[in-house]
Amino acid sequence: MELYILLGFMILGAIIAIEIKDLLSSVVAVGAVGLGLSIMFLILKAPDVAITQLVVEILALIILVRATLKKDLPFSASGRWFFNTIITICFVALFLIVGMKCFKDLPGFGYPIMRISSVYLKDGLSQTGAANTVASVILDYRAYDTLGEATVLFTAVIGVLAIVRRIGRKKQGKTIGEDDE
Amino acid sequence: MALYILCTILFSLGLYCILRKRNIIKIIIGVIIAEYAVNLFFVLIGYRVEGRAPIHAPDQKILNMVDPLPQAIVLTAIVIGLATTALLIAIAMRIYEKYGTFDITKIKELKG
Repeated sequence: MELYILLGFMILGAIIAIEIKDLLSSVVAVGAVGLGLSIMFLILKAPDVAITQLVVEILALIILVRATLKKDLPFSASGRWFFNTIITICFVALFLIVGMKCFKDLPGFGYPIMRISSVYLKDGLSQTGAANTVASVILDYRAYDTLGEATVLFTAVIGVLAIVRRIGRKKQGKTIGEDDE
Repeated sequence: MALYILCTILFSLGLYCILRKRNIIKIIIGVIIAEYAVNLFFVLIGYRVEGRAPIHAPDQKILNMVDPLPQAIVLTAIVIGLATTALLIAIAMRIYEKYGTFDITKIKELKG
């Protein structure tokens, strides 16, 4: 029951975040959605994911507030407003209908298949020695996955540094242009 | 089943925001909402009725645990989501410095 209330709260927060004019209020509404998601992970018995979601949400909120502070944009309704809205709503409705047809083939809520995970749960403690099965999965059974995640993270950080950096490296004698690079 | 449908509605809200809005920050917010919905869907798939968190304890009474595999995958996906969001926001801030606006219909002409 509390899952429905929390999911309704998240949907409401998402609608507010999408439709409100002020950018800062929109960012704060996204923060509310993320914190609701964190509580929902906790109810769904995923404490590790809940803690990570909490930290990541606050970091993303700080970055977003830094980007949107004092930069406001009035709503512009020019162009083919009606046509665009109709096309978008048709596309989203098509997506929803196809998705609801697919849900019949999934296992019902609360009864997962767990063909691989039963082996992890049974042998995880004796094979890896980790009491937390999630940690044994990400650091032992699927360690290459975590290595790939670290690679993606590193690449993204390099990209952010390359984009944010103002002045290019100075060569011998001459300076590279200031605003690009 | 109803929870899956609500989760899909949350995803389609993010999709609507990506497709329809013109502000770059609003588009990034749509990406974030869609990403939350996908993470939530994975954890919902792995939930088990009357289950407990997948942590072994010496005095455990209940034996059925929730599925640890989607939780591990979502854990990596959340961190990657933060990195890609930071990259998107960095690009948006550079666009604002160069063009003075977040409106994607005004960013047509090449400058510099």
